[in-house]
Amino acid sequence: MNWEIVIGLETHVELATRSKIFCGCSTAFGAAPNTLCCPVCLGLPGALPVLNEQAVELAVKAALALNCTVTPVSRFDRKNYFYPDLPKAYQISQLYAPLARNGHLDLPDGRRIRISEMHLEEDAGKLHHHDDRTAIDYNRCGVPLIEIVTAPDLSGGEDAVAYLERLRSILQYLGVSDCRMEEGSLRCDVNLSVRPAGSSELGVRTELKNLGSLRAVRLACEYEAQRQIAILESGGQVRCQTCRWDEDARRTVPMRDKEQVGDYRYFPDPDLPPLAVSGEQLNRLRSKQPELAHEKCARYARDWSLSDYDCTTLTSRRELAAFFEQVVSLGAPPKQAANWIMGQVLRRLSADGLDVEEIPITAQALADLIHLVERGTINRNTAVEVFDAVFTGGDPTQYVRAHHLEQSSNTEQITAAVEETLSQNRKSVEDWLSGKEKAAGFLMGQAMRTLGGKAPPALVSEIVRQLLEREKSQ
Amino acid sequence: MNTLFELTALELAAAISRGELSSKEALLFSNSACTANADKLNCFTSFSASDPIAAAPVSPLSGVPMAVKDNICVAGTATTCASRMLRDFIPPYTATAVEKLTAAGAVCAGKTNLDEFAIGSTSETSFFGPVKNPWNLEYSPGGSSGGSAAAVAAGLVWYALGSDTGGSIRHPAACCGVTGMKPTYGTVSRYGLVSYASSFDQIGPIARNAADCAAVLDMIRGHDGRDSTSLPGPYLPLSPQLTGDLHGVRIGIPDVYFDEAVDEPTRRAILSCADTLRRRGALVESCHAVGLEHAVHAYYVLACAQASSNLARYDGVRYGCRAEDTHDVQDLFVRSRSLGFGREVRRRILLGTYLLSGDNYETYYKKAVAVRHQVENTFRALWHNYDLLLTPVLPGPPPKLGQEANNPVALYQEDRYVACANLAGLPALSMPCGMHKEGLPIGAQLLGPHMADGAVLNAAFAFQQETDFHRLHPPIFGLGGDAG
Repeated sequence: MNWEIVIGLETHVELATRSKIFCGCSTAFGAAPNTLCCPVCLGLPGALPVLNEQAVELAVKAALALNCTVTPVSRFDRKNYFYPDLPKAYQISQLYAPLARNGHLDLPDGRRIRISEMHLEEDAGKLHHHDDRTAIDYNRCGVPLIEIVTAPDLSGGEDAVAYLERLRSILQYLGVSDCRMEEGSLRCDVNLSVRPAGSSELGVRTELKNLGSLRAVRLACEYEAQRQIAILESGGQVRCQTCRWDEDARRTVPMRDKEQVGDYRYFPDPDLPPLAVSGEQLNRLRSKQPELAHEKCARYARDWSLSDYDCTTLTSRRELAAFFEQVVSLGAPPKQAANWIMGQVLRRLSADGLDVEEIPITAQALADLIHLVERGTINRNTAVEVFDAVFTGGDPTQYVRAHHLEQSSNTEQITAAVEETLSQNRKSVEDWLSGKEKAAGFLMGQAMRTLGGKAPPALVSEIVRQLLEREKSQ
Repeated sequence: MNTLFELTALELAAAISRGELSSKEALLFSNSACTANADKLNCFTSFSASDPIAAAPVSPLSGVPMAVKDNICVAGTATTCASRMLRDFIPPYTATAVEKLTAAGAVCAGKTNLDEFAIGSTSETSFFGPVKNPWNLEYSPGGSSGGSAAAVAAGLVWYALGSDTGGSIRHPAACCGVTGMKPTYGTVSRYGLVSYASSFDQIGPIARNAADCAAVLDMIRGHDGRDSTSLPGPYLPLSPQLTGDLHGVRIGIPDVYFDEAVDEPTRRAILSCADTLRRRGALVESCHAVGLEHAVHAYYVLACAQASSNLARYDGVRYGCRAEDTHDVQDLFVRSRSLGFGREVRRRILLGTYLLSGDNYETYYKKAVAVRHQVENTFRALWHNYDLLLTPVLPGPPPKLGQEANNPVALYQEDRYVACANLAGLPALSMPCGMHKEGLPIGAQLLGPHMADGAVLNAAFAFQQETDFHRLHPPIFGLGGDAG
């Protein structure tokens, strides 16, 4: 039988606010345990929550970019349960009137994934299990989150990853979140079921947790789908349960049956008034929405005829795309700028262990360097040398001048150098004459060396060929 | 010195500012009165060692010793909520209301006893034992702010802060013969008040008379960025609104609160109160109010539901009572909570948990919210014809000690005269207006529209200009705190 995989995702995204959602504590990642806490986020008796407006603004930005309808007056509800990482024994979340509903996100292949709702909530603390005891770090307690819930519109691990990549790109472009899965600022739970192909009924689903990377999402989906199919094909029934992805064993491990999950006794939080988002506020945020990655992609392809690959790579990060656009705006031909950035810039960033947020070379310097090559002042090989020299700072034009790297287009000078090369490499000349075409390339390289690299390679190549032809005719 | 307790808080402050005595002397006086009598009443959970700073008066109440109900946080001082759960809890922050009082030159003499977590109306459920009524030690002082009311009535402090969720300021004020005011919800910051039922909790003063209440409220009211339910204002000062003039003021006595449960002495006292108000120019008449019958039931559903969530944080993990030798975290939660909470608190948590579980949210909680809206509408309609309402605070004398455990539902019913104000967030005040033959005070409640705190206080002020009930002192404590 053919099986169809049905997946819905619940994604928690940490908002990039400076302070927590209901108090002024910092949201910095990696601070010493329990140093970013106050009476409010620790839920001490008598402390009260006050909503962070920046969190609302970021969440609304995300909702608009995901084509959601923003609820004019949403509300906060308490989700009550006992757990040591939850100091108030309830999480402030939104159940009855979430911030936004009915959105969608389009995958690169054009398929539309429906987003059923998006709501604001606070994060819990973190437990650290040691051999015989558990320590609790409340730093993360009260960090603002949005939870984005899709309809069951995804049909496999690859789909889930494609959705998450597009979602991440959108949220990063908006500045809503840094979406670092490894730091937990983007976390994803998968709801997965299978059904006979063509069936319109949903099968019994399982929920997958502890997915720390996109790869884990893909592998877990693939594993779980196969597991469920195997159960159904052997005549069994899938249990509705929550499973944990075991990264080492590469399998899903049941945690608890869904039926056992407690009743969260949700009710409106009486400490927080309803949250109103005005039409004016929506218009203001809508008008400030930046061009998103897939929109840039389309524009680069249309206006500058860049390849799909170039467009996708350049727009993979907002900072990279911004750098690229700046270099082009300074007059560099788009294709040249793209080649330099995707080649040399990414190579050096990786070699120096830098992120694209930290590109040290200025857009002006790179544009100048491209001009030097375009004008023929230096050749490409010299340009790479100059690039490495000025990557962490410096002016390419000055560098070229100071190091006398300008190439010569003086034909007499080049001819003399080539003649000298041929006379010193008679063996290679003989090889060429006897039909070994490769020897020409060697001689070309030697000639460039004699010239100290400071000559247009095309011109040198042409002269090498002329002189070799002359030898042949002699 | 014996005459000091004949002074009201405002009069004492005036004496201090005239240099007739120092705030230190006032505090010493309060301390010695407490030493002599507080044990008998069990009205304090702790005393402050603070020394008043001799400074120029900064407010009309500068230098006056007062007390703070022990569910209101004062940094560095145990805030126990009269619960074993928090007996050692020392908050690192001070409630906004106390911060404002301190800035206005108030001197805190101590923290007052209460029903555990302010849940109750007899001040008997305290982990530290029941508070006693200064008028008769066999009786309850009412609750839950029983310690604050008893301390003021017995002349141990000149005023005290209480909190009122379903009558917890007005009920003990009536039982102890003092004046207590629950202001409009949102006018006094709840920051630092340990939550019982967040949508009803409100801090307010218990004092000798309406003028002192107005003076205290003028210091503690105002918008607070730390409480999202705090109202933006504007806040017109209340004290200047105490003109004593009631001409043209229409006062209704709703029939629903003047029912057969109200005993004869209380009925007579309220009717006589109405006459007094008429003498000052008010138009007082009985009125018909429909839609308040279920207010107290809705109040209990909503209050218990919120309490079950607000009190969930006491789990033994971070602070508070923690059970020993637990075998896992679930066991730690269950045993710490069972150990830390008293019976009435456990009862309300269980009730509230039940009310929010599964379909009950729809069946009970949402219905209670609908009743609440109905109550708000009923009041809104009443304000078309009346500026204020006059009702009893409780239908008879204060409960005798030891009755609390017998019939909780009957006791809950008695909150119906006062809980409606919390349900609608309205300003309401209780003032002494008579005596039962057992020598126990009778209180009258004045209720006003949203933000009409000044009108409520002015009516009480006018009444107190005509009467002496607020000047009566419990005979066993006499004047000047003499144990007698």
